[in-house]
Amino acid sequence: MSLIEGKFGRNLLITSVDQVVNWSRASSLWPMLFGIACCAIEMMATAASRYDWDRLGLIPRATPRQSDLMIVAGTVNAKMAQVVRKLYDQMPEPRYVIAMGACTVGGGPYFKWGYSVVKGVDKVVPVDVYVPGCPPRPEALLDGIVKLQEKIRRQTISKDFEVPSPDTVQTAALY
Amino acid sequence: MPSKELETQDMLLNMGPQHPSTHGVLRLVLRTDGELVSDVTPVVGYLHRCAEKIGENLRYEQYVPYTDRMDYLSSMSDNLALCLAVERLMKIEIPPRAQYIRVIMAELNRIASHLLAFGTFGLDVGAFTPFLYAWREREMILNMFEYVCGARLTYNYMKVGGVWKDVDKKFAEMVNNFLSIFDDKLKEYNDLLSYNQIFITRTKGLGVIPRDMALAWGLSGPIARASGIEWDLRRAEPYSSYDKFEFRIPVGRPGIGVVGDCWNRYFVRIEEMVESGRILRQALDGLPSGKFSADVKRGYKVPAGEAYTVIENPRGELGFYIISDGSDTPLRVKIRAPSFVNLSVLPEISRGVLIADLIAILGSIDIVLGEIDR
Repeated sequence: MSLIEGKFGRNLLITSVDQVVNWSRASSLWPMLFGIACCAIEMMATAASRYDWDRLGLIPRATPRQSDLMIVAGTVNAKMAQVVRKLYDQMPEPRYVIAMGACTVGGGPYFKWGYSVVKGVDKVVPVDVYVPGCPPRPEALLDGIVKLQEKIRRQTISKDFEVPSPDTVQTAALY
Repeated sequence: MPSKELETQDMLLNMGPQHPSTHGVLRLVLRTDGELVSDVTPVVGYLHRCAEKIGENLRYEQYVPYTDRMDYLSSMSDNLALCLAVERLMKIEIPPRAQYIRVIMAELNRIASHLLAFGTFGLDVGAFTPFLYAWREREMILNMFEYVCGARLTYNYMKVGGVWKDVDKKFAEMVNNFLSIFDDKLKEYNDLLSYNQIFITRTKGLGVIPRDMALAWGLSGPIARASGIEWDLRRAEPYSSYDKFEFRIPVGRPGIGVVGDCWNRYFVRIEEMVESGRILRQALDGLPSGKFSADVKRGYKVPAGEAYTVIENPRGELGFYIISDGSDTPLRVKIRAPSFVNLSVLPEISRGVLIADLIAILGSIDIVLGEIDR
């Protein structure tokens, strides 16, 4: 991103470059093969025969250096938090994070009595999409991935500025 | 210079917590001499979720969902172990129908857990297809669980006194459908992986745990049985009417592999799935009518005392030790996790193996980190 960031002005060309770049980023999200707890089993279910996330362009990579997406699947505790942060730092930009499951969204069932549990992974890494549930169904995770792809399609490489999606514009006009 | 004067340096290699083959967030510190592992130190605690301490703060019925999340591959067994311990303290008589439903759920969950172990062990040694095959059948079982209790993974289905909801004819039909195709599928698995020459060469004679070592380290479950110990708590200390069912205890045999090696540990699980199918058939045929739960009022208090119950979870001997002071919350809960004990033998059997073989040994032990760290 940094190579071409800020090199182009906003013109007709940049719009189409945006589209090409976003299209390629959104349709080849490579997640890191990284599961922590129970949610990892549902993540495996999403990757396996019935739900098959390959059709969305997700190919699991075993190392953070080859991946664009980190799905934090499971409870992050104080000992694990530093590892999650280190893995996030090792990922090349642009990188995205999906917080999967109640524990990563905000502590979940361990909010009150879990003395070792980090109450939400957004205290450690910035999160793009939250998928609640304990654990979320594979459909929920797929929905989260589709939401992330929509978010990526709204990105532009010229500035830190998000183009509003057609849906939002339409809804705003309605009210 | 003569080679014996050359100094070789050991290299410390960190493996995990993020590693696709450590089955979660296990960290292994390897001391390696070239490609050979000279020492392994497991570092645990990356998934510590205060399972025992939470038990001291919550009422018994509130604590059951936390046992789901402890061993998340066999949640039904964990629910069952806790409920049995509380029921022993309260001296509740469980209706026969509830006992049979519990057996059905525990065995279905055992098959689901072993299917995952089968799939991921294939992944560990480099075969991707078995994983997809195993999940195809596992989803059928998850469908049944979803039908009966609404959850795919964390069920909270057992309660003190019985189960939360009765099973019906459609559920029995689903199980029968599954059982009618499952034998063929097992044959498929055997053709695909068990008797695959590449797989056999990769796993036979590897990580051998002799009978004495298994006893000395307190191993249990498929690992102990693969070493030739015919020990199954369903037979040795029957709980929840397991004494009414006929089943065989599969043990490791010499032949394709050596007794106690990776191949036998793997194959004992395949054979156990067959036996679970037999138990399921008997339980469905003989499912008694009547109540599916004893009358236990909400907010019950448990008489003072202590109880320890053990059950055979897919990974081995799972024990719940509960001390009650007569109130509605436990005073202390201690869990004997089979994965933790089984993992402890890893450094002993993986000295001098290749790093790639260490992955195979770890996969054959089939650990669940939620249970190890609790």
